[in-house]
Amino acid sequence: MRYGEAGFILEVDLSRGSIERVETDPRLTELHLGGQGTADKILWDRVPPEVGPFSPDNLLIFSTGLLHSTPVPGANRTVVNTFSPQTNLHAHSLFGGFFGPELKHAGYDKIVIRGKSPSLVYLWINNEKVEIRDATHLRGKGCQETAALIQKELKQDKAQVASIGLAGENRVYMATIDHSNSSAARGVGPVMGDKRLKAIAVRGTKDINIARPAELFELCLGLRKEIYENPRCGDPMAHEDDETFHLDNFAWGNARVRKKGYWNKELEEKWGALTRKLKDRDTSCYNCPKDCHAVINHPGRQRYALKCFNKLTYLMAAHKELDFNYDILGVTQEYGLDGFSTPQVLAFAIELYEAGILTDRDLQGFPTDVEERFFWLVEKIVRREGIGDVLANGVYWAARQIGKGAEEFDHNTTKKFEQVTIKLGKVNPPYFLMIATGEKMNITQIEGSYPQDPLPTMEEREKFVRDWVAVPDDKFKKMFLEWEKRNELPFEASCAICDWNEIMHYIDDAIGLCGFLSSFRGQFGGRIPYHTHNIPYIISLATGMELDKEGLWEIARRNRNLVRAINVRRGMRRKDEKPPEDHWKVRDPEMETKLLDAYYEFKGWNSEGIPTKKTLDKLGLDYVSEDFLQRGILTNNEGVSSEESSAENVEN
Amino acid sequence: MKGGAKKKIVKGIRVDVDKCTGCRSCELACSAFHAVPKYSSINPARARIRVVKDELKDVYVPVRAGDYTPAECMGRDKYTIDGKDYDECVFCRASCPSRDIFKEPDSGLPMKCDMCEDEPPLSEPMCVQVCDFGALTYEEREEEEGEKEVKREEVEIGLEALANRYGLQKLMDTVDRMSKKG
Repeated sequence: MRYGEAGFILEVDLSRGSIERVETDPRLTELHLGGQGTADKILWDRVPPEVGPFSPDNLLIFSTGLLHSTPVPGANRTVVNTFSPQTNLHAHSLFGGFFGPELKHAGYDKIVIRGKSPSLVYLWINNEKVEIRDATHLRGKGCQETAALIQKELKQDKAQVASIGLAGENRVYMATIDHSNSSAARGVGPVMGDKRLKAIAVRGTKDINIARPAELFELCLGLRKEIYENPRCGDPMAHEDDETFHLDNFAWGNARVRKKGYWNKELEEKWGALTRKLKDRDTSCYNCPKDCHAVINHPGRQRYALKCFNKLTYLMAAHKELDFNYDILGVTQEYGLDGFSTPQVLAFAIELYEAGILTDRDLQGFPTDVEERFFWLVEKIVRREGIGDVLANGVYWAARQIGKGAEEFDHNTTKKFEQVTIKLGKVNPPYFLMIATGEKMNITQIEGSYPQDPLPTMEEREKFVRDWVAVPDDKFKKMFLEWEKRNELPFEASCAICDWNEIMHYIDDAIGLCGFLSSFRGQFGGRIPYHTHNIPYIISLATGMELDKEGLWEIARRNRNLVRAINVRRGMRRKDEKPPEDHWKVRDPEMETKLLDAYYEFKGWNSEGIPTKKTLDKLGLDYVSEDFLQRGILTNNEGVSSEESSAENVEN
Repeated sequence: MKGGAKKKIVKGIRVDVDKCTGCRSCELACSAFHAVPKYSSINPARARIRVVKDELKDVYVPVRAGDYTPAECMGRDKYTIDGKDYDECVFCRASCPSRDIFKEPDSGLPMKCDMCEDEPPLSEPMCVQVCDFGALTYEEREEEEGEKEVKREEVEIGLEALANRYGLQKLMDTVDRMSKKG
């Protein structure tokens, strides 16, 4: 009997219209756990590097986490993986809600989608009964509207639906896949649209078995209480009216201006009152004792759930106030547009217009009011009309298509992807490494375990490390005690911090835990419910797998190196690994070069950022090193291939 | 107890729909508690509590399974409360032919909330224990015992449902055949 997992994958080929239920090898669970870990094994095996994101041979994979459908609170994040048209690299995306657990109860750990349908369709999974159904009547419908219409026509109000809006249908690069109170961004929406798959609806009524049930259930009752009562986990933005952190520290407009001192008590009262007026309730994801998603009911718009920093991204891009943000979200969420990257594209377009690079000829009928301009541009982008067809490719590609100096205005992308709008003073070594070498295109998916700032007094530091249960190794306590200035950390510490931070995310991606209870929240106060000390035991109770901290860490390293290998095989090299030029005002190129060298060495990668044969073989990724040798990516002396390569050169 | 009417303990769960966050922890915990052996499997479709949800209408109503009824209601009710529309049957606890909730997913047999009666008794039903937001709270009160209620066993309720579905004769024939097979 398989514990904690269904043991089957659903293989769907939309070109052929075929559907297969395939049993999985339990050995893969031991090597990769599940979720993104096992999805990446499939991507490595089945999608060769010459396959473009919009090729029918590209795969779109929806994975449940290993702990979905167990009693473990907060295990509900579904991971979506494919190749992104924006970066031509591995796409990593997560969404919460209820979809993953429902899929597992239907009897599948994953859905692997290949091919392209000749016309718009949706997939209906009702336990063993799986159908590809016509969706032409859903063309242009909003994400949540689509979900409701499908539930109604199937007479299945308990079916969980993940869908795309008009943005996804038109392959807008900022398109999301939406489900309930959550969205998956960063490249997966346009691929779903390209496959002409409007939605997936799933209903599952099967048991998931637990290896050591009574112990796990009891443990989870305790965890629930701890999570509910712990103010340092979950999304604190969901319940705070104080927006100092983001408004005073993040950059406004096209990631240009910091407005220190913008926030004040008067605004806090005004915005707080507006939120209370428009908010229906706070909602949770499946089996989670946190309620991070406020439901906003803005006059004239359909209800929608707030997602984290989305509350502020549009207003900051437009230099406006909260009401505008709540209003435009009512539109963009139904179109299925990502609230992180889209506002930057809009602000970028307005900057180009103000600089005379985009003119009235490009933007016929462009309003004068900034808010109206945002709404106007959104309509053009989701329909790919006129300039919208260019902007729909994101800042990096739009800048190059527009030309005439527009490239200069693309100042906040890394690996062709819009970054969080932070512009700071002096280069910060661990953050340099995280932004440079991250392959998830957003710092929030890399940072998270080690605190962002030192504590001022030794007394406070000592107290902090005393209570620091989550720390995987005592060396981090020493680092923290010796840490005086934010931007001053030795190379060794910076490498170890970057490594720990990202490893936690790779664990969450495989088991389906929410980062707000685990990988993302430790950086604020250190007290998190899930960490490398208790996760192995929890996995053992749920699945029966023998696992300890070292074993867990090794699996996460294997999964992390597999993502790197997938991207390296597609051409990613050292020269792609750089934070936006102006992320810090004061840079230190010599130090940065040495730091990156040190980090590559720490990770067992060569000077081009390619995992060495030794590193790969030690992790059981021999098949990767063999492939690298055959392709000349690695040579037998482990030096770097002389062949120049870069993700820049690979065509979509 | 000094003379007078006999007292009985009435167990109840107060449902505050405004506090429900829609997490469905109650469904998961209920299915785990009623699994055999206890907690060995998880399946909200077997839960005796359901969160009836309509996200677009802001409807979040946890409903516990009540009695089985063989017939649908004559005429249905829709409610409007504080300007919000609640679809027909949202508040109803019955396992009935009009909908598929509160039925075993494999057999179709009706399920009913038993307030997690157990030996030793739980401090509160499991759904209440996992409802951190206080949408479900457990209440007990003493009441004078009225007419003697005939408590029916689960087997009887199940058999009645089968008889209604397939006819008593067919049910008896099947039981007869099964008993001969040994």
